[in-house]
Amino acid sequence: MTMHHPALEAGRRRTFAPNLWDALAFGLLFGGLILMVHGGKETLAPLAALDLAPVSLDPAMLPEYALRTTMRMLAAIVASLVFTFAYGALAAKSRRAEMVLVPMLDILQSVPVLGFLSFTVVGFMSLFPGRVLGVELAAIFAIFTSQAWNMTFSFYQSLKTVPRDLDEATRSFRLTGWQRFWRLEVPFSMPGLVWNTMMSMSGGWFFVVASEAISVGDTTITLPGVGSYVALAIKEQNLAAVGWAVLAMLAVILLYDQLLFRPLVAWADKFRVETSAGGPAPRSWLLSAARRTFLFQRVLQPLGAMLAAVPRQRLSFSAPVSQDTRRVVESAWTSRWAEGIWLALVFTVAGYALYVIVAFVATELSLPEVIRVFGLGVLTMLRVIVLIALATLIWVPIGVWIGLRPRWAQRVQPLAQFLAAFPANIIFPFAVVAIVRLGLDPDIWLSPLMVLGTQWYILFNVVAGASAFPNDLKEAASTFRIRGWNWWRKVMLPGIFPYYVTGAITASGGSWNASIVAEVASWGDTTLRAHGVGAYIADATAAGDYPRIVLGVAVMSIFVIFFNRLLWRPMFTFAGRRLRLD
Amino acid sequence: MAVIDRAAPRPATEGAFLVNASGVRQVYAKGDNADLVVLDDVSLTIREGEVVGLLGRSGSGKSTLLRIISGLVKPTSGRVEWRGKPVTGPSEGLSMVFQSFALFPWLTVLENVEVGLEAIGVPAAERRRRAIEAIDLIGLDGFESAYPKELSGGMRQRVGFARALVVHPRLMLMDEPFSALDVLTAETLRTDLIDLWIEGRLPIKSILMVTHNIEEAVLMCDRILIFSSNPGRVAAEIRIELPHPRSRLDPVFRAIVDDIYGRMTQRTPAEKEARKGEGALPGTGIGMALPHISTNLISGLMEALAAPPYGGKADLPDLAGTLQMEVDELFPIVETLQLMRFAELEAGDVTLTEAGRRFVDLDVDARKRLFAEHLLAYVPLAGLIRRVLDERPSHKAPFTRFSEELEDYMSEDFAENTLRALITWGRYGELFGYDEHTRQFNLENPT
Repeated sequence: MTMHHPALEAGRRRTFAPNLWDALAFGLLFGGLILMVHGGKETLAPLAALDLAPVSLDPAMLPEYALRTTMRMLAAIVASLVFTFAYGALAAKSRRAEMVLVPMLDILQSVPVLGFLSFTVVGFMSLFPGRVLGVELAAIFAIFTSQAWNMTFSFYQSLKTVPRDLDEATRSFRLTGWQRFWRLEVPFSMPGLVWNTMMSMSGGWFFVVASEAISVGDTTITLPGVGSYVALAIKEQNLAAVGWAVLAMLAVILLYDQLLFRPLVAWADKFRVETSAGGPAPRSWLLSAARRTFLFQRVLQPLGAMLAAVPRQRLSFSAPVSQDTRRVVESAWTSRWAEGIWLALVFTVAGYALYVIVAFVATELSLPEVIRVFGLGVLTMLRVIVLIALATLIWVPIGVWIGLRPRWAQRVQPLAQFLAAFPANIIFPFAVVAIVRLGLDPDIWLSPLMVLGTQWYILFNVVAGASAFPNDLKEAASTFRIRGWNWWRKVMLPGIFPYYVTGAITASGGSWNASIVAEVASWGDTTLRAHGVGAYIADATAAGDYPRIVLGVAVMSIFVIFFNRLLWRPMFTFAGRRLRLD
Repeated sequence: MAVIDRAAPRPATEGAFLVNASGVRQVYAKGDNADLVVLDDVSLTIREGEVVGLLGRSGSGKSTLLRIISGLVKPTSGRVEWRGKPVTGPSEGLSMVFQSFALFPWLTVLENVEVGLEAIGVPAAERRRRAIEAIDLIGLDGFESAYPKELSGGMRQRVGFARALVVHPRLMLMDEPFSALDVLTAETLRTDLIDLWIEGRLPIKSILMVTHNIEEAVLMCDRILIFSSNPGRVAAEIRIELPHPRSRLDPVFRAIVDDIYGRMTQRTPAEKEARKGEGALPGTGIGMALPHISTNLISGLMEALAAPPYGGKADLPDLAGTLQMEVDELFPIVETLQLMRFAELEAGDVTLTEAGRRFVDLDVDARKRLFAEHLLAYVPLAGLIRRVLDERPSHKAPFTRFSEELEDYMSEDFAENTLRALITWGRYGELFGYDEHTRQFNLENPT
């Protein structure tokens, strides 16, 4: 019997002529490959190479520095993804692992990213003595810590909320664990994961810049990159060079967005579990171009087929033991005793860890010092509160105004997202110069730097909220002539509140992190110092004083945890329960 | 058209046993107190060549039974055998069609259909051929590269059927496969499926379907098991000998439907004694689980009953047809009326009581007063809430005060639902108020 079928014949009808899109795609692909090889080669060089070719302020070097910085970002994203899949899956699948892993993730999320850097740089350097790779890894790890946690949370949440019917479908069709993971779990978590990766990425630029010029105690390493370029410019008081760095960063972020994230978001749209098509689908010129290519598609087809074969494998792991043995092991594993042993183990390890921390900090530090650091924590917290409040007062009305005007919103939205991604620490020097010249009080005037980069989260979330505000409610408000303060209080503010809270949580988390670089700022030989736990950590890091680093980071983490639990989480729950519009 | 190995349906008394379940009991433990019994001592057999329907109201455990047979859920006790071997997990040779379709939104129609074949490791070329055969069979040609979200509900469920058929299962399980579809689409799909079945073109031996739609069951099944609720038991087994295609207008068909309606509203003598006047709602006294029915539905049904052509008394299938409601939607309302003594239910007939007739004639305020009176008199929980509020000096009581007491008798979800129903009814009758913000009952009445 001959088969005539459109799906089978689709492959035969094609012509082989390459088209314009092919040319474009080839250019992008091979250009990218060459750049990657170039960037990767440098990381294997011995450490001494860094001294031989010190960072130079020549703007012509910036493209290369930008490339190195971008490579670090890419490496970190890959590491974060691997971590996410492993950690998230483990936490979601094993109840016992979940007991430990989820609270741990919550704490990890609250630890300031730059705090990790202070700890880990020495460790990574001794892993690869005398190689640039060690330092590179430390920088990559810093970026990793700014991304991995919330990506993992997102993945874990998705795994826990896989729709029951899809779960039953995979089970009743007897898909193996491997097939299930790639056919159901990963696709289902894709939209959340892509969105969180994008958000993490925009935070990541800040930390990659901060981590390239690392100095812990006597160890000072400057990795070639935009961050160290800026650090050098600050040391040499070269404002023009800072300007060049800003331009380079703008270009890099723009390219990243257009070449990586736009296509990714547009592609991930198909993974949304929505039965009806709602709203315009996200688009990307690059993805459309790649989909329209002929030759390129054909060349990539084997690769695509190979990738597509991965989820189809029936891999399943089972030990070669008999049914009976398995049953015995299983019943032992799920017994009350195993539960007790596990709990005892967890508590013992936790108790021991606590003892280690206290012992380590107590070797050098006294109680008054601890109290003093808590005082500094309060100062930093005041800054965060006041600045978030100020940013709210400014950006909420503006955001609402923009959001209600779709034409404006369309243009401002990408700009705000872009500004949120821009590493604010690159433009700190401009502010520091101003403070020095005008002789302002650093305790007050250094503070705004903390929200410089994070305030945009509030803006773009509020814009999104106001744009999504239902039209019928707007019309109802205007037919009933609700105006002025009443309009804000009864109509608009409740409508945008869930969005605002989302933005404010991100902004406040970012501000705590930024305090480590914002509370101490220098310009040439002048160093401005504000009082706060951020400055305390920065100073301890510069001095290589580990007990103080631990103390500072621990205190800041405690503040962040309480801040989240007592303020943001209740607000978030309230917003979710009472003010949802759907 | 592709032709798949024919399996002409044989009389069900001859075919080999596929499923043999006996004494199946499913209990959901809920902590310290009484467990929730979903299924109690259920036995059934399925032979090759028959279409069996599990008919019952929501909460009768019929979907749970389907999942137990498929191996997705492990029963608390009882034996389930699939082709003579005990079921330990999802078995080979079974496939399932879901109420919600359960298609992977990120896979095309073709890929969705292929998923089941990937799981059993069918080589790519063979997989493609069989998937396309199934797609053709079920009338989806031309939609292979579409994503589910581009399709209408009916087309999506066709994909669900194709996906279930492509693995050539011996038994196809269907969990309310047509209830998420509109009336017309559902009817088309039903007749298409039955046509394929009687022509012997489906690559399956038997079908087991769960439904709460009586006519659907009579239209499609050779054998119907009627489930009673709380706990789920097989209340009756009916064999339908009508030849296909069956017509809904056939007097014999109508008689069977009427008979089933009667059986589903009938109570055993023991039940009658225990729950005199309390309807078929599970539990007694304060521990009665109440359905969350809006007061608009309650008064709406009373008005419909009082109006012509019924004039106070209606045949349930007829009423359901007129109101375009399904058993699942209609029964809880009727039972609420029965509970509050606004109506009586006997052998498939519902009759308004004296109070029910009076209610219909009253104006809004008087209706509320009468409703409140009956609520206090016949729903013990309403009396309890009112008494507690009266006794407390603050005249306030938290939600948890009552939900915790209810959880001694029922699951958390049922307790929540029951209290939500009480809040709605209490607000309507102005017996008490409730503040969602503080989750507190109160006696305040904004006037």
